[in-house]
Amino acid sequence: MTVIVSQLFTGVSIGAVLLLIALGLSLTFGQMGVINMAHGEFIMAGAYTVYVLQKVITDAGWSLFVALPLAFAVAGLMGVLLEVLLIRRLYARPLDTLLVTWGVSLILQQLARDIFGAPNVQTRAPDFLTGNIKITDDLVLSNNRLFILTLALAAVVALTVALRYTSLGRRIRAVVQNRDLAAVSGIATGRVDRLTFFIGSGLAGVAGVALTLLGPIGPTMGTNVIVDAFLVVVAGGIGHLKGSVIVAFALGTLQSLVEYSTTVSVAKVLVFVAIVAFLQWRPQGLFTLRTRSLA
Amino acid sequence: MLDIRGRWKGALLPLAAILALSACGSKTGENESVGGAVADTSGDTVKVGLLNSLSGTMAISEVTVRDSIKLAVEEINASGGVLGKKIEPISEDGASDWPTFAEKAEKLIREDKVAAVFGCWTSASRKAVKPVFEENKALLFYPVQYEGLEQSPYIFYTGATTNQQIVPGLEYLKSQGKTSVYLVGSDYVFPRTANKIIKAYVQANGMTVLGEEYAPLGSTEFGTIVNKVKASKASAVFNTLNGDSNVAFFKEYKSAGLTAASMPVVSVSIAEEEVKSIGTQYLDGQLTAWNYYQTTPGAANDKFVKAYKAKYGQDKPTSDPMEAAYVSVYLWKAMVEKAGGFEVDKVKAASDGVTFDAPEGLVTVDGATQHIYKTARIGKVGPDGLITEVWNSGQPVKPDPYLKGYPWAAGLS
Amino acid sequence: MTARYSWRAGVGFAVGAVLLFAVAPVALSDFRLSLLAKYLCLAMVAVGIGLAWGRGGLLTLGQGVFFGLGGYAMAMHMKLADAGPGEMPDFMQLYGQLDALPWWWRPFASPWFALPATVLLPMLVAFLLGSLVFRRRVRGAYFAILSQALAAAMVILLIGQQGTTGGTNGLTDFQGFFGYDLDDPVNQRMVYFIVAGVLLLLLAIARQLMLSRYGELLVAVRDSEERVRFLGYNPANVKLVAYVAAAGMAGLAGALFVPAVGIINPALIGIVPSIEFVIGVAVGGRATLLGPVLGAVAVAWAKTALSEEFPAAWTYLQGLLFVLVVAFLPGGLASLVRMVRRRRPPPDPAPVSPAPVVSPQEVRA
Repeated sequence: MTVIVSQLFTGVSIGAVLLLIALGLSLTFGQMGVINMAHGEFIMAGAYTVYVLQKVITDAGWSLFVALPLAFAVAGLMGVLLEVLLIRRLYARPLDTLLVTWGVSLILQQLARDIFGAPNVQTRAPDFLTGNIKITDDLVLSNNRLFILTLALAAVVALTVALRYTSLGRRIRAVVQNRDLAAVSGIATGRVDRLTFFIGSGLAGVAGVALTLLGPIGPTMGTNVIVDAFLVVVAGGIGHLKGSVIVAFALGTLQSLVEYSTTVSVAKVLVFVAIVAFLQWRPQGLFTLRTRSLA
Repeated sequence: MLDIRGRWKGALLPLAAILALSACGSKTGENESVGGAVADTSGDTVKVGLLNSLSGTMAISEVTVRDSIKLAVEEINASGGVLGKKIEPISEDGASDWPTFAEKAEKLIREDKVAAVFGCWTSASRKAVKPVFEENKALLFYPVQYEGLEQSPYIFYTGATTNQQIVPGLEYLKSQGKTSVYLVGSDYVFPRTANKIIKAYVQANGMTVLGEEYAPLGSTEFGTIVNKVKASKASAVFNTLNGDSNVAFFKEYKSAGLTAASMPVVSVSIAEEEVKSIGTQYLDGQLTAWNYYQTTPGAANDKFVKAYKAKYGQDKPTSDPMEAAYVSVYLWKAMVEKAGGFEVDKVKAASDGVTFDAPEGLVTVDGATQHIYKTARIGKVGPDGLITEVWNSGQPVKPDPYLKGYPWAAGLS
Repeated sequence: MTARYSWRAGVGFAVGAVLLFAVAPVALSDFRLSLLAKYLCLAMVAVGIGLAWGRGGLLTLGQGVFFGLGGYAMAMHMKLADAGPGEMPDFMQLYGQLDALPWWWRPFASPWFALPATVLLPMLVAFLLGSLVFRRRVRGAYFAILSQALAAAMVILLIGQQGTTGGTNGLTDFQGFFGYDLDDPVNQRMVYFIVAGVLLLLLAIARQLMLSRYGELLVAVRDSEERVRFLGYNPANVKLVAYVAAAGMAGLAGALFVPAVGIINPALIGIVPSIEFVIGVAVGGRATLLGPVLGAVAVAWAKTALSEEFPAAWTYLQGLLFVLVVAFLPGGLASLVRMVRRRRPPPDPAPVSPAPVVSPQEVRA
């Protein structure tokens, strides 16, 4: 019994990580249709933000909380820069965007290598995040995973509120649903695109901060997660946050339960197979945006 | 609508050429004199090849190895070179890609005509270049601990084989009264072979293996594996994870409330450099099995550490593979001097019994296996990020890549 | 149109054949020639990608899977041939916990099974996957990401089965190729000639496909799938043919890569190499016949040349190539050639490029 509970907790926390890394994508890919392969490098930028910040703020706890908004801004600005310089020219060519941003990600990785060195760098986690909450002897909930779960849920809530109740959110949704109509209604679609990209990329930065608590901080950390993140958004469905949320937690739980009874490799392959099979059933993802297009 | 003849003529021509040519060439086993590139040692320098990943995922580790080979080359050149010739190192990038390793090895041997090549890290890269060296009858010095079960006539293995690292690690655990182990490793040759050996040892010594888990290389999600380790209540963990995975594993390990005191982890791929990138916060008190640490006492090591830091920076630690690479250059020099020439056959023939006062202590080449006698050392990670020795084998252990001298390992190879 | 163009194509193939069969073997050392053989294998994959992506709009980021299937099929046969009848390959005896050859290895002992399998196996997998995916109208980015995920899954699978697949080491250390000693430089040359011959053959097939009615349909599907559907065709089948053909070419490339380079392993077929296959195609000109081939060879050559001198610079250059070519020169270098030609008066007799290639732009649909 405790095994199932602790595996469920692990699964949910894997889901939370997936959700965090995919949340930004569900905006840029899901809402705008931009396939940004450099999203992983924005995550990396967020993680390196913690590293650099800890040179200034030596207290691990403070530095983590300062890093959250700072990483959001750093990654967000990188995203805007990318949008203005390259992606804006490619809205009509989504597949080419994929290749161009892959090139950008290669360059960013090598930049990180040249600036910070090829080896992984080390950040310190605050003590209150390296401990755990003991429920029974066998069942412990680790604080860092609880923290990431909270962070992911907070990000979802904030994003939902922003999209649903603010004027910016209304404009974003208007542009997604009908770009031309939004434009003739007086919405500056270019500015909305940049803002959406800022928020989406910024969320990648936040995910990077969270990942410093779990894994290595190095030039290739982004590549390791990017495909998973895309699969979450693809399976979740374009234009819907709730699709990504459900799929992230479902995949996380599936992964952890299968992994417990088999091996990591089998679990990973099974997750891929599950997604392909799922897309056979629902080619547009879990939730589809109703449009009048023929697709 | 198309002129068929025009279109196919071009394609038929080469096919005819192939048929004509395929009649030439020797069949397998027909011709023994094939291959054998000759090193060019006519000038007043002698070229050696440095084959390491300078880019890609393995660059992290392999650049440090390249640096320490260069250090050895410089030292040797400063003291007069080898047989009066200065060493001219030619560095090639294996780019963490095994076919590239094979390609560059071929280039070093055939185009640059080097006298010997130093490098490779992963077993996969060694397996990829092995046929190249055997075909060209050229020498490779391989400086990293590995899974054993190999003995190429054209490779000298200056890192530990299993009976100089893994077996001592197990013996140490046994001497500490540990009765059960959990095996965690990355999914590739070294961990799988190592774990096969561990299981045989454990079975023969009245201990138990409570589980065996493999994570794909580069995997950074260890929630489930650590849950399994924790639930097993093993008395120790034997860790053969590689690279990035170690960082994620130890962060998870600590969060789950496991410590070096409650369930120590013995790692065989974590040296000083890796400690730095994982963080002592997570590694304090954990165990490692190697043949050399930066803290190993002795004048030879003091000199090595000092020279390395002077050249590459005070914050750069020295580690076992770097030391083994450094030693390999000196061993090659000693072999060449004993042989009185650079010819591969002569160098091989002269290799048996060649010794060097290495930073890790005295090492001796075993001509029969082309491995070297090394002292096994178990270390503990300290809060300062350095590893201090808690046990050693007392004397250099004879290399035994096929574990022929261990009755419990009879069924392994 | 046809007479003049096919005459030109004939000249193009002849020039290509002379360059590959007469000039290169004389001009290059054994070592460089074996490198060229490797590049030409990559170029074969590029021909297929040019067809599927350039002509059909199917950005396949998982060609490594098919390359790998072909490569492993060939490598398994060569391993078994080295081991001799009834024996297990060396690595299995070393690492595997097996007592006998696994059943799915057995058929590869026969060249009559293994050789066709190098092409048919990838095509079969592509057919199964393609018919599922295209029929459900998964396309564009979804297809690209799925094909990428497939490559990732395949790598994990191969690595996880170390005892029977060689794990990360892959399969290496081959002695002979259908009885011929691979250590012998003469036989290495033979392998090169086979590679070059097959590449020319694939080019001929690709040209045939592009010029046929099917080729026009494929471009029509790329440009407007709905319109093709309304005309009464099934776009899924059209795409499927291109996808399967590209898979077969990648499989053949993989199969020849093994004797030419001497190794096949999971790192050659994962996400990163799969996307690297695409860059050469983009650089050369994705919609043209020769562009992908020249692009792939040029990029592979640049990688060797640059990484010998500046390993870090190569990564930057590769990134920049993706960015600059795809964003600002989507037609690839072939479109530059076309621009130059357009500015010149037509009767100008001087050749535009040093290699009078089968001018790809004529193959316009």
